[in-house]
Amino acid sequence: MMKKIWAERLNHGWQSILTMPGWLQFVLITGFVAVLPPFIGNYWTHVLAYVGIYVMLGIGLNVVVGFAGLLDLGYVAFYAIGAYSYAFLASPKFGIHVPFWMMIPACAALAALGGALLGIPVLRMRGDYLAIVTLGFGEIIRILINNLDALTNGPQGLLRIDPPAIGSFQFTTPTHFYYLILAGCLLSVFITSRLNNSRIGRAWIAMREDQDAAAVMGIDILKYKLMAFAIGASFAGVGGIIFAAKMGSIFPDDFSVMVSINVICLIIIGGIGSIPGVILGAIVLIGIPEVLRAVAIYRMLAFGLLLVLMMIFRPMGIFPSARRKLELKKED
Amino acid sequence: MDILLEIRRLTKKFGGLQALTKVDLLLEEKMIAGLIGPNGAGKTTLFNAITGVYAPDEGSILFLGKQIIGKKRHEITAIGIARTFQNIRLFPNMSTAENVLVGHHCQMHAGVWGAVSRNRKTLQEEAMAQRKVMELLSFVGLEGQEDQLAKNLPYGDQRRLEIARALAAEPKLLLLDEPTAGMNPQETLSLTRFVSRIRDELGLSILLIEHDMRVVMGISDRVTVLDHGVRISEGPPEAIQRDPRVIEAYLGRPSERVRKRSRPPHKNL
Amino acid sequence: MSLIFTPAVIIEQIINGLTIGAIYALIALGYTLVYGILLMINFAHGEIFMFGAFAGYFILAWLFQAGFTLNHLILSIVMAFVGGMLVSSALGILVERLAYRPLRKAPRLSPLICAIGVSIFLQNIMMLFVKAKILMYPDVFPEETVDIGPISISYFQILIIAGSILMMAGLYVFVKKSKTGKAMRAVAEDKETAALMGVNVDRIIATTFAAGSALAAVAGVMVGMYYSQISHMMGFVPGIKAFTAAVLGGIGNMPGAMLGGYILGVAEALGVLVLPAQYKDVIAFSFLVLILIFRPRGIMGEVVAERA
Repeated sequence: MMKKIWAERLNHGWQSILTMPGWLQFVLITGFVAVLPPFIGNYWTHVLAYVGIYVMLGIGLNVVVGFAGLLDLGYVAFYAIGAYSYAFLASPKFGIHVPFWMMIPACAALAALGGALLGIPVLRMRGDYLAIVTLGFGEIIRILINNLDALTNGPQGLLRIDPPAIGSFQFTTPTHFYYLILAGCLLSVFITSRLNNSRIGRAWIAMREDQDAAAVMGIDILKYKLMAFAIGASFAGVGGIIFAAKMGSIFPDDFSVMVSINVICLIIIGGIGSIPGVILGAIVLIGIPEVLRAVAIYRMLAFGLLLVLMMIFRPMGIFPSARRKLELKKED
Repeated sequence: MDILLEIRRLTKKFGGLQALTKVDLLLEEKMIAGLIGPNGAGKTTLFNAITGVYAPDEGSILFLGKQIIGKKRHEITAIGIARTFQNIRLFPNMSTAENVLVGHHCQMHAGVWGAVSRNRKTLQEEAMAQRKVMELLSFVGLEGQEDQLAKNLPYGDQRRLEIARALAAEPKLLLLDEPTAGMNPQETLSLTRFVSRIRDELGLSILLIEHDMRVVMGISDRVTVLDHGVRISEGPPEAIQRDPRVIEAYLGRPSERVRKRSRPPHKNL
Repeated sequence: MSLIFTPAVIIEQIINGLTIGAIYALIALGYTLVYGILLMINFAHGEIFMFGAFAGYFILAWLFQAGFTLNHLILSIVMAFVGGMLVSSALGILVERLAYRPLRKAPRLSPLICAIGVSIFLQNIMMLFVKAKILMYPDVFPEETVDIGPISISYFQILIIAGSILMMAGLYVFVKKSKTGKAMRAVAEDKETAALMGVNVDRIIATTFAAGSALAAVAGVMVGMYYSQISHMMGFVPGIKAFTAAVLGGIGNMPGAMLGGYILGVAEALGVLVLPAQYKDVIAFSFLVLILIFRPRGIMGEVVAERA
C-alpha cells in the first residue's frame, strides 16, 4: 500500500518536471550544474569542464551543420586558430602577454576571418565535396602547425601559456575554468538561440528546406552560408583560446581530425539543430570515455557504429529540435 | 503608362534544344499580361530567364529601364520581381506565417547584431513584418491559418500561400506560373477574381502563365503566345482568340483537325 | 634543399611517382566506380584498401611460416593477392548491403555521414584485432633492380606499374564489353530505367562495390609488399589522396581516375624534390582544394549543372 502511494508520488513528480516550461527547465539545470564543483571534487570538475568545451564547439558547429546544412569536417582548424593565436600572444614564446579577456574577441574574429576566407571559394561546392575539402583544409592546418617550428615549436608545442586573470586573481584551478566554461556555454546558447529566431535564422531554415526557392524569394544564399560558416568558426576560435588557457600548453596532436569528427558525432548522435541534443551528445560521447578509460579504446568503435545506426534508423539524432524532427522523419 | 518590363530578342538553348528564340515581350505598369502556348513552348523558361535562374544566350531584359540579365536571383527579387512556381515550392516544414515572412526577407534589414541584440530597430522591424504578414494572409484569404504547416494546407490554400509569399517581397511585377492548375471551376473563378484584385488594389503588373483560357482571356489586358520557343502572336485577348496561327498551334492545321460541329475554340485547352 | 636536379634524379622520381601513382590509381578507380553508380563518396574505401593489405599480410605471413614461400614464391604472392581481393570484395559487398543500401533514397549527406561511420568502425575493428600494432610483411621479395645508365628501377616498381595497368585495363574491358559491365553503365546512367529493362540493380551495385574493392585490395597488397609496414590507420591518407586523384581525373570517369592517380603520384614525387618531405601530404590536399574550387569536373569529367 505504501509502495503504491510512493510510486504515484514519484510518477506525479516526474510528470511535473517534464511539463515545466522550457525556460524553467533551463534555469533549474543551469543552477544544478553551477553548484556541482564543491560536491564532485577536482577530477570530475576538470572532466565536466572539458565536456563543456565540447558543448561550445558543438553549439558552434551546429550553426554550420544544423542551421545552414553544411558538413564541415575541418572544424578543428578554427579551434587551432583560436588556441595558437592566444598561445602566440600570451606566453613566453614571443614575450608578449596580451590579457586573456582582450584575446577572446580577437580569437573569435580571427577564426571568423578564417571561416570566411575558407568559405568564399568552398561554399559553392556540393555537399559531399564540401565535406572532403574542409577535411583536407583541416589536415593542411595540422601539418602546418606541426612543421612551422619557428612559429609553433612544432611537436614540442607551446608551453607556459598565461592563465586568465582579473586584477591579481588568476584562474588556476579546475573549478575556476569550470565556471568560465559554463559562462561560455550560456553565452553560446544565448547567441545561437537569438540567431535562430531572427531574420537570419529564417533565411537559414528556408535555405535548408528549398535552396533554389529561397534564392528566388530574395535570400542571398552565398552570403548566408558564409555567415553561418564564419559564425560557427568563431565559436571554435573561442573554444580554442579557452582550451589553451585551461591546459596551459598546446601541441599539434591536440588538433587532429579526431576533434572535428568528435564534434560532428556529438551533434549527429545527440541531435542536429538542438541544444539539449548537443549537451547530451557531449556528455555521452566525450565525458564518459574520459572517465571510463577502460571503455576509451572502444569509444571510436562505438562512434562509428552509432553514426551508421543513427543515419539508418534515426537521422535526426537522439534529441532533435522539433523542426529537424519534422524535416527528417520518414514520410508515413 | 510606363514600361515596366521590356524583353527583346531573348534566346535560350539547352544543349540541342532551342527553348526560346528571339522572344519579345513588353509589359506596362498595372497591366495583366497572359503568356500562353502549348506545353513545352518555353513559358516557364521565360520566367526562369526573367528571375535570373537561367542566363539567356542572347537578348536583353530591361526592368524599369535597367538591364537585369546577369543579376543574381535574390537581387532580381529585391529590385521588384517576384514569382510563384508551376509545381508549388513552399517551405514545407515552415508555418504559413513563416513562409510569408521569408518572402518579406528582402524588405528587411536586420543582421547579426540586430539578431543577437534585439535592439529597438530590430524589434520594430519584426513587429512591422508581422503586421504585414497578417495583412497579406488576410488579403489572400488565409487568416487564422498562420501556424499551420505549409505542407498540411489543402492544395488551393497552398497556391494562395505561394502568392502571399511572393507579395511579401513588395514586388512591382508578379510572375504567376499556372496559378489555377488543378483547381475546380469555383476555385478557378475565385482565383481569377483575386488576381484582378491584386492588380487593382496593389497596383502591380502581373505576367500570367495559364492553360485555362477562360482565366487568361478573362482578365488579361494583352496576351502573348509562344510555340516551340517562338512568339507567334501578341495582342488583346479577342484578337488572339481569332488568330489562325494560335488556333493552329493548339489544334493543329485545319486538315488535321477532326471535323466537329463548330464551337468556340477557347474552352479548356 | 641540397639535391642536385640531374635528369637522372628527376627520371627516378618520376618512376617513383608512377609507382605510387599506380597505387593511387587503383584505389581511385574504386571511388569513381561507386560514385558513378550511386553518386556517393564511399568514405570507407580507404579502409577496404587497408583490409586488403592485412588479408594479404596474414596469408603471406602464414605461408612464410610454413616455409611455403621458399620454393613457391610466385604462387604465394598470387595467393596473397587473390586472398586480399576476396576479403575486400566481401567486405565491400557487406558494407554496401548493411550500411548504404538503406540510405539510397536519403538526402545526400546521410550516406556520407554513414560512410564516415563505417570508416571509423572498420579502422577501430582492425585496431582492436591487431592490438594497434604495426605489422610487417615478410621479407621475401627480390630486391634486384634494373639499371639503365644512372637510373635504377626495381623489379618491384615494374611489377606494380605493369600489374596495375593490367588490372585497370582488365576492368576497363570488363565494363565496356561484358554484359555485366553494360548493366553497370546502364545503372549509372539511370537506375529506374535500368530496373525497368530487367537489370537487377541491387546485384549490379554489389558487383560494382566488389570490383572497386578488389582493385583496392590489389593496391593494399602492393603497398604491403613495397613498403613492408601496414597499420590500421594506413587507409586514411591514401584514401583522401586517391579521392583527390579521382576528382582530378573527373569523378565517375574511369580513364580519368587512372590518369589522375598517375598525375598525382608524379606530382608528389617531384614535389618532394623542392619541398621539405614533411609537406608531401600538403601537396595532395592542396591539389584537392584547388581542383574542387577551380575545376570541379576534373580533367575528363563532364560539366555537372550543379548549384552549391
